[in-house]
Amino acid sequence: MTERVETQGISGEHYNFAYLDEQTKRMIRRTILKGIAVPGYQVPFAAREMPMPYGWGTGGVQVTAAVIGKNDCLKMIDQGSDDTTNAVALRNFFVETTGVDTTTKTKDASIIQTRHRIPEETLTKDQVLVYQVPIPEPLRFLEPRETETRKMHALEEYGLMHVKLYEDIAKFGHIATAYAYPVMVQDRYVMDPSPTPKFDNPKMDQMEALQLFGAGREKRIYAIPPHTKVVSLDFEDHPFEVTKFEQPCAICGAEEVYLDEVILDDDGNRMFVCSDSDFCEERRDAGHVGHLGTNPLEAEGND
Amino acid sequence: MSTQTASSIFAKAPAPGLADPVHDAQSVFRSAMNALAQPGTVQQLDDLKLNPPAPLSIAATALVLTLCDYDTPLWLDPALAASETVKNYIRFHTAAPFVESPAEAAFALVSDAKLLPAVASFSAGTAEYPDRSTTIILMVDELTEDDGITLKGPGIKTEQQFNVAPTPAMFWQQMQDNSALYPLGIDVIFAGANQVAGLPRSIKITGLEA
Repeated sequence: MTERVETQGISGEHYNFAYLDEQTKRMIRRTILKGIAVPGYQVPFAAREMPMPYGWGTGGVQVTAAVIGKNDCLKMIDQGSDDTTNAVALRNFFVETTGVDTTTKTKDASIIQTRHRIPEETLTKDQVLVYQVPIPEPLRFLEPRETETRKMHALEEYGLMHVKLYEDIAKFGHIATAYAYPVMVQDRYVMDPSPTPKFDNPKMDQMEALQLFGAGREKRIYAIPPHTKVVSLDFEDHPFEVTKFEQPCAICGAEEVYLDEVILDDDGNRMFVCSDSDFCEERRDAGHVGHLGTNPLEAEGND
Repeated sequence: MSTQTASSIFAKAPAPGLADPVHDAQSVFRSAMNALAQPGTVQQLDDLKLNPPAPLSIAATALVLTLCDYDTPLWLDPALAASETVKNYIRFHTAAPFVESPAEAAFALVSDAKLLPAVASFSAGTAEYPDRSTTIILMVDELTEDDGITLKGPGIKTEQQFNVAPTPAMFWQQMQDNSALYPLGIDVIFAGANQVAGLPRSIKITGLEA
């Protein structure tokens, strides 16, 4: 999975390029431009039914389809990994409908569509990061009525969100929200960063790449332009803290990265490995090895 | 009708639109997207084989063909609105309805800086729907990334120098007032000969004295 996958375009014969019709793309493109002009504001759009169920990333797919061109190189990740079901299915969808090059290497990609992670490698200004968003409204579980949440955004009335975080502290002694941790964008809109772990929140701040968010079922698109201020909500006496791991990645030994827990047997043994599969592979290729891994360079030498 | 020949009908037909509607529109959109995501940077368009009727420029025409359709009420400046050729061209390729009032427009196409009405006369959106605002496509002769005003805000690391020529009277002051309305306000996409640049409402403008 490390080299670029050669792809064959059959778009001309079967589908319009990138599946969507041109009018739909124009509508989505106009929505994206509004989203960029008002960072963090959820712009309504006429999301189409896609040939995959809601919850599979129909919003992200529509955003990617409106942005992608024939010279793009696409990377598709699901919880940081290039080879889990959602990533493979959606990558194949774009290979079939556009014929673009795909890659698993973060640095080679011009568009990265992600389900719930931001790659560990720093993104650059020529890249676009597209998030799949299930519930775009950060206030939805506090106030179910769209008419009311819309007013709350209009009036910048975000007290309820702070009450929710305060209740976390009252109950658990700390802010227990670990994913979909609300952020304030450019001092104006409170935004749901999609269910990324809060570990990734600091990466959104001043990121060089353009970040686009698509929610298909909820019919919303929002955006964070490059170099935009993104602050995780917190309190002076309970400042925002990222998740810390007690041990490094078991395979590549990386520290200060987001780790997945893998159960090894019925006796409760487990290991922690990088959630970003490309980052882990790169490190192993460079000779790094964790306490449960083997050094691929030495293994080759022994042959 | 019997006196019309095929050649007389073709003579009156609008000029062709984008040669490759799918991929040309995609590349023009990417330039416009980068222009608004990196305000004040000049984005070069691909070499589009467009031959729009005067006074439309290639860049402005490409933006209209890429972004407008039957869903987007379009306001034309008086010079464009006076030209049946221009209106036929836009109507044929986009089906965008023309509106008389700037406040009703989703897009405004302005061919000459002198013909730009007060920026405040366009729609700035509402507090609950700031996206229901006008985007102005403004044709200019020159777009440069130096020696002009200073831009700050989302999309810009520290600050960005930017200049356009010609500039409508009191334009930058009006755009300062526009950004004070944030998150309401209009967005501007400047169309040079074959380049575009963006100035969204989120940007603070300084350096007018220079």
